[in-house]
Amino acid sequence: MDVHEYQAAELLARHGIPTNAGRVATTPDEAAAAARDLGADSGTVAIKAQVHTGGRGKAGGIKLARSPEDAAEQAGAILGMDIRGHTVNRVLVVPGVDIGQEFYLGVVLDRPNRRILVMASAEGGVDIEEVARERPEKIVRRLADPALGFHAYQARELGFALGVPADKVAGFAGVATRLYKTYVAEDASLAEINPLVLTKGGDWLALDAKMSFDDNALFRHPGLEDLRDPAEENATEVEARRGGISFVKLDGTIGCIVNGAGLAMATMDAVKLHGGEPANFLDVGGGASADQVAKAFALVTADPNVRAILINIFGGITRGDVVAQGIRDALGRVEVTVPIVVRLAGTNADEGKRLLAEAGMTAVDTMDEAAAQVVAAAGGQDS
Amino acid sequence: MLIDRETRLLVQGITGREGSFHTQQMVEYGTNVVGGVTPGGRGKTVAGAPVFDTVAEAIAETGANASIIYVPARFAPDAIFEAVDNGIPFVVCITEGIPVNDMVPVFAHVKAKGARLLGPNCPGLITPGQAKVGIMPGFIHAPGPVGLVSRSGTLTYEVVDALTRAGLGQTTAVGIGGDPVIGTSFVDALELFQADPATEAIVLIGEIGGTDEEDAARFIQERVTKPTVGFIAGRTAPPGKRMGHAGAIISGGAGTAAEKVAALEAAGVRVAESPFQVPDLLRSAMGR
Repeated sequence: MDVHEYQAAELLARHGIPTNAGRVATTPDEAAAAARDLGADSGTVAIKAQVHTGGRGKAGGIKLARSPEDAAEQAGAILGMDIRGHTVNRVLVVPGVDIGQEFYLGVVLDRPNRRILVMASAEGGVDIEEVARERPEKIVRRLADPALGFHAYQARELGFALGVPADKVAGFAGVATRLYKTYVAEDASLAEINPLVLTKGGDWLALDAKMSFDDNALFRHPGLEDLRDPAEENATEVEARRGGISFVKLDGTIGCIVNGAGLAMATMDAVKLHGGEPANFLDVGGGASADQVAKAFALVTADPNVRAILINIFGGITRGDVVAQGIRDALGRVEVTVPIVVRLAGTNADEGKRLLAEAGMTAVDTMDEAAAQVVAAAGGQDS
Repeated sequence: MLIDRETRLLVQGITGREGSFHTQQMVEYGTNVVGGVTPGGRGKTVAGAPVFDTVAEAIAETGANASIIYVPARFAPDAIFEAVDNGIPFVVCITEGIPVNDMVPVFAHVKAKGARLLGPNCPGLITPGQAKVGIMPGFIHAPGPVGLVSRSGTLTYEVVDALTRAGLGQTTAVGIGGDPVIGTSFVDALELFQADPATEAIVLIGEIGGTDEEDAARFIQERVTKPTVGFIAGRTAPPGKRMGHAGAIISGGAGTAAEKVAALEAAGVRVAESPFQVPDLLRSAMGR
């Protein structure tokens, strides 16, 4: 789960990290009022688009304003803007800061090592993935001990390695240690400050914040659920999740209903291999009962681009006859007007095929055959 | 490999819906299930297996030397600790949805104890004709010379089914799981298959996310002499979206199928474009 910058910054502040406190505005007037309160009459403020994506600066979603009127104007331009497919519904107004030096500080899971990694760079304020790709030596890393956590000396090592002035290393280490603690305490999957600045006045300040959270741990953080922004989430994906279905909307014309995540991806790939484009990723989860299949049909047919549906079920513990009955029952409840190709294999597949035949449907034996048929049924290859 | 008909299996969470169902299935397959654990369940039996309150008690009375875990996500890390702290050398965790931060210390602890963990969020493993420690349908497998390792569940069944139909049986099929932190990696499984005299060829089924496949490619290049065929799911997956499995996400441009396919091919692995091509590629790689 992702949150906005202002929400991430509030969480960091709650864990003792100095942040550049500002105010959220949803209209130019609110932005002007916030700018006035934050001192725009005598100095500058920054107006920052709040969207769940990077590249805001390059897209023109971050502007400086020198007066409340200017702030209103800038906010008016940013609000409603589309940044990489995300509509800007609110902006964050923050006081201008005299930046001395900019750094990057981040905490993530290091998958190969199965440990939490704290990383830092003196190349702050820029795209860290670009730094990692092109100048990997500019990023310094320390792995936290799985039992003991992230030690203060490791945080100091990072600071010294980046060339932080000796009298400022303790302050830097404090921020790094707190960021690690925030990551652990909130069950984050990413906690990032970019840039972390050393102001001309010699203070450390988190000028931007980004956090994502482990969906599997949300049950023990009920407060985080309130930070969800429905406008940033695909309504169909949200509905699917509530029904125990993994669903990701794509741009093609072949609707896919599959049991198992790996098989669902392989099915999309097979559709593509046969010249079609998948309209979605969909894993019905264990069971594939009539209820689940009906929900899946509803999700897939809600997409007007869908011209044919491929159902690919490999029965393991899930029985083919139960799935076939589920498809029949679901079709009695949900109206499906596009062609459906069913592939049934594994446990009780023959019995399942017989049940489908009774209902006037034919199930094919292999995924490959099914992919070829569904692409043909959708009207051939996409250009 | 890893399990056979001598394996003395303990089922943690044996009285739950999943646990009792799959215990029955495993026993029917021929797995030697010697007992189960559910706190407060002592005195019950499931599929003929006696239930105990603690792992310590179960080991003392049954001599169990492997364990499979079906307990809910919030109790699963504790179940893994209980197993390895009591000296179980091989633990399979089926449970899906364990928070990643819980698995980080679990992984380190299992390693420190010298035990092996498979999973979590995996289908388990099967040595066809001998023992099934997991949730896969047994009947699609057949004994034979192919070692198979995969991050997926039903996709593995798909490939196993294709292999069996083509007359290519399996030494052992191992599902390592789809989470970001898992006990046994591709490299660990490849090391076992390379050392296993019965395994003549290897099939590796990967998917988008992380760099486990790239690490596997490096290991294959350096250490694996047996013919290896691969398949990577998710060539059409968009970046930044979690594709069902918690670990299946392309983030920051890394973890794409294209990178993984390229790494494997550079290591001499023949990578199938579709699961049904795996048997043919394998046959030609094995010179059969």
